Amino acid sequence: MSVPILEVLDLHAAYGRIEVLRGVDLTVPKGAVMALLGPNGAGKSTLVKVVSGQKRATGGDIHLGGVHVTDADSAELARVGLCTVPEGRSVFPNLTVQENLVLMSYAGVPADAVLDTAFSYFPRLAERRHQLAGTMSGGEQQMLAMSRALASDPALLLLDELSMGLAPLIVDELYDTVAQIAESGVSILCIEQFARTALRVSDYAAVMIGGRIVATGEPAEILETMDDVILGGVA
Amino acid sequence: MPLLEVDDVVVQFGGVTAVNHASFEAHAGRITGLIGPNGAGKTTCFNVISGLQKPTKGQVRFEGRAVTRLPVNRRARRGMGRTFQRLEAFGSLTVRENVRVAFDIHRGVLGMLRPAASDVDALLERVGISAYAHERADSIPTGTARLLELARCLAGEPSLLLLDEPSSGLDESETDAFGDLLAELAQEGRAVLMVEHDMDLVMSVCDDIHVLDFGSVIASGAPSDIRRDAAVQKAYLGYSDSDDDGLPAGAGHVGRGGVDVTRTDLPPVGVDDMGDETTVLPAVREPIR
Amino acid sequence: MSTFLAFTIFGLFSGAAYAIAASGLVLTYTTTRVFNIAHGALGMVMSFLFWDFSVRQGMPTWLALVLVLLVVAPAVGWFLQRFVCRGLGEGPVSVSLVVTVGLLVGCIGLATQVWKPEARSVMPFLPDTRVQLGSITVTGHQLITILLSAVVAAGLFLLLNRTRIGTAMRASVDNPELLKLFGGRPDTAAALSWAIGTSLAALAGVLLVSQVGLDYYALTLLVINAYAAAMFGRLKSLPMTFVGAMVLGLSTSYASGYLPTEGIFNSVRNVMPALFLFAVIVALPQAQLRIGQVKGSVAAPVPSTPKALAWGAVLLGVVAMLSGSMSTANLLLVGTAATYAMVMLSLVLLTGYGGHVSLAQLSFAGVGALAYAKLDEPSLYGLALASLIAAGVGALVALPVLRLTGLYLALATMAFGVIMDKLVFQHESAFGFNGTLPAGRMSFFGTAVSSTGGYVMLMAVFFVLMALFLLALRRGPLGRVLIAMRDSPAACGTLGLDMRWFRVGLFALSAGMAGMAGALFAGLRETIGAADFQFFNSLPLLLLAVVFGVTTVTGATFGGIGLMLMPVLQSDYPELSGLIFAVIGFGAVALGRDPNGLANLVFKGGRLAQTRLLPRVRASLPELPARGEAAPDPSYDEGADAPDQSQQKEVPVHAAP
Repeated sequence: MSVPILEVLDLHAAYGRIEVLRGVDLTVPKGAVMALLGPNGAGKSTLVKVVSGQKRATGGDIHLGGVHVTDADSAELARVGLCTVPEGRSVFPNLTVQENLVLMSYAGVPADAVLDTAFSYFPRLAERRHQLAGTMSGGEQQMLAMSRALASDPALLLLDELSMGLAPLIVDELYDTVAQIAESGVSILCIEQFARTALRVSDYAAVMIGGRIVATGEPAEILETMDDVILGGVA
Repeated sequence: MPLLEVDDVVVQFGGVTAVNHASFEAHAGRITGLIGPNGAGKTTCFNVISGLQKPTKGQVRFEGRAVTRLPVNRRARRGMGRTFQRLEAFGSLTVRENVRVAFDIHRGVLGMLRPAASDVDALLERVGISAYAHERADSIPTGTARLLELARCLAGEPSLLLLDEPSSGLDESETDAFGDLLAELAQEGRAVLMVEHDMDLVMSVCDDIHVLDFGSVIASGAPSDIRRDAAVQKAYLGYSDSDDDGLPAGAGHVGRGGVDVTRTDLPPVGVDDMGDETTVLPAVREPIR
Repeated sequence: MSTFLAFTIFGLFSGAAYAIAASGLVLTYTTTRVFNIAHGALGMVMSFLFWDFSVRQGMPTWLALVLVLLVVAPAVGWFLQRFVCRGLGEGPVSVSLVVTVGLLVGCIGLATQVWKPEARSVMPFLPDTRVQLGSITVTGHQLITILLSAVVAAGLFLLLNRTRIGTAMRASVDNPELLKLFGGRPDTAAALSWAIGTSLAALAGVLLVSQVGLDYYALTLLVINAYAAAMFGRLKSLPMTFVGAMVLGLSTSYASGYLPTEGIFNSVRNVMPALFLFAVIVALPQAQLRIGQVKGSVAAPVPSTPKALAWGAVLLGVVAMLSGSMSTANLLLVGTAATYAMVMLSLVLLTGYGGHVSLAQLSFAGVGALAYAKLDEPSLYGLALASLIAAGVGALVALPVLRLTGLYLALATMAFGVIMDKLVFQHESAFGFNGTLPAGRMSFFGTAVSSTGGYVMLMAVFFVLMALFLLALRRGPLGRVLIAMRDSPAACGTLGLDMRWFRVGLFALSAGMAGMAGALFAGLRETIGAADFQFFNSLPLLLLAVVFGVTTVTGATFGGIGLMLMPVLQSDYPELSGLIFAVIGFGAVALGRDPNGLANLVFKGGRLAQTRLLPRVRASLPELPARGEAAPDPSYDEGADAPDQSQQKEVPVHAAP
């Protein structure tokens, strides 16, 4: 097996005195789509924050494509091909669509190419290129956010709760886009509290509870063994 | 007459419509739940009601009188109390001092001279955080801090309680106790309006529920009606079958709390997995009154 | 008509210079949320540097310009963002205000240290060029300035709207974390904006210096014009900022042309910018209460009453000893220290407990002194009345801006300070231009305290009483409400507190305390003048209060002594006078983030000694004698968090003399 695109070893992280990640071990193979499931408060978003360099780990290691990247700066990681789409609307509301797209070129792809890719995938964005991003609907904003994943040609894509606050039909469309990105060979770690849509497009799944990964495997087996955990573990 | 009426309120941030012609009400002596997916505009509604956010359009009426133009503190004086989703405890004061301050503010300059110690202790006892009385408020667990905010707000003897996700951070038994406390508070004649993600709690303690989606009220009614409402199922579940797609944070509880979903075409993972509980539906605690 | 046109041209010229300065200010504020009070001071230092390069070292003008505007100023701006102002934008406004005030004072100190006071002049650009427009003449310098402001406007527009880094600057205001995930570097954007901002400050300074002259203070305070213009654009709109600058430039110019040169109007001309600033701030819309910003700050502990009483007694004892043995000159210094310490106590209330910054606390002291002298009633009654008048003035300053908070309130006090300086104190019916008033020593129920020693003792008593009052206030309900308001205004609002009136009351009380200090000072000095209460001296006062700890009485005590020593040191070592300023300024830059200041270090040391050393000392003693005879408690510890309970047991030894 080739070097995994993401390898997380015994990762710890805390907010103040409260430890949120308590030894996370996770491997995402190159070219694979992995869904990370788990109840609210399991530490999934914290894991994304630590892997993407937004939050410091208190212990453990992260390897990205075989390179040790623990405590690397998030801008640095973004420039070497880690594309993180954080929870919520990850666009700049007070900039126009086009300006948002221009900023995406910081990841290394020229601005013109970013615009081309984004507009060819989402023609609606082209119509609204001079509109302020914050004035678009939630779905359109999420399209704009996904444009970064599409256009910046990342090595690994981290998606955090893509579906949050969106109408189901739009979520379906977004996950179609995720599937397309996956087909182009991009590795994806996709975090969802509610599993089914995410599992539809993924090759592997992992379940996180209480700051640890408690199970990994094919989506089907995960569903079989962990269903009560995924859905019931919340309470 | 409802104690609180929210009438056709619209809130726009720039071009984003956070609340879209929302109308609902809350009655004295009843617990009203305000639920909906993340980003549906629930907290914005709270801000409009309590006066922290000016609505772009619409009215808020309290005790039959329009309060839309009143500043935050005047509304509080009339009997509105609220807690915050993102905690606003006075971090550099102790838990006890937090509640003490609330009494001081409520009783005004002259009332400050009146001894309040026993009242403070009684209130801490009532919400169950006496053990933390001398801790600094920024060092206590989230759940405790939420109870502290409730205690602080009760010091003002409000007739309307606005509780923004009061149970998050509480464990199961604490949540049960909290549910009982809510029922008690309503029984004393207060109106309780609560934004909450724990559907077990909502379905068991609420008398009325309003469901917000994309800033609009898509359904109102008793918990049993809400469970059956097709629009609600669509908002929460995506489809009116048991499809679990796009379920926003916390919404998984809907199934557990007993949303009556038609279970054809079961997905490998879905509400169905809670099958047992769904069938034994009245896992719903009857409101205590 | 032609005079009108001439005034118009002059107005446009100064407006253009203000616009350049203000746009730099807006740029740094919008990208980093730090309002740089020192913007003008940076321009001042850069103007001196320009003089140094072009006149003293004889470089060609263009080279000096390139070096100052394109090398030194951007480098300084970059350095400031990297090492001074990073992360300040997210913190409380009071901290960033104090740090940039520190920068201002530091810059002035640096300039006076490097370029000793002497007559210097800088020639205008293109001195021989004149453009004839009909009947009026426009100088080359004016033309260049107006053109440059247009270039700056266009350049900033292009930068912010047409370049990626400019877009990133705007993006980093919204969400720097997200910008990082995009691969952008918010720090680079912030550093660039500070580099450009400082360069624009330098440009404005260099353009104005031939008009204003090379003066440490005049150039620094010219920035008030820029503040006013920037406020006109609500600190975000560059076009409105330019409009504001032009309106201000023109109105100042017309005022100087057409207002009568006699009476009050003559002074009004000098304070046009301050009045404009005040008016713009008053017209600002109400700030909404923000939620989700709660930060419990680590507050210095409040001492128990016995402890406070004991230390008060110690202090009085020391002063009593001094007052018996010291020369009159030195006694005056002790009295001055007491005055400053009392003014700092008023800052402990306002800033330390309340979280608001006043940039003109000495002006309130001046109001008190003026009232005391004018009342000519040297008794407790006169003192009380003078304090009340100062409190009233404080309320008047806070009233128009009671809807506003933080930065705006602070700038309003700054405008107030300037107006007091130039308009009120100098007025005939007040101290008069460079004049003084006599003031009598206070009498107590008919007994005059006429000896300087006695009077100093009296001031010490007042200081101790004021401190005890403050501590009682802090422990009581009002103090709790103050802390609550600082921690979460939104929660206070939803609990029913009308913060506007509370804030006015707080301001008034603080001004009243400062006024009482001023009145006592007037009695001490027996003659009092406007020079004793210059607005500018409020800045080092604020800084020393913060450096020594603006949350504690101890901090105020040491701060008062420190401020009193400053001029003493300066006259003893005139060659270091600038350095002292610089040390205080940059010291505040370094320590401004912790409002508990040096006093807290003393407490920490004390606690450490108490917990670590004392047991060891005790253990080494074979049999401990009764506790009352033990060595004096080494910890100047202002007690623990819960004074009601834990404190009673450990009544300090000095409590029972």
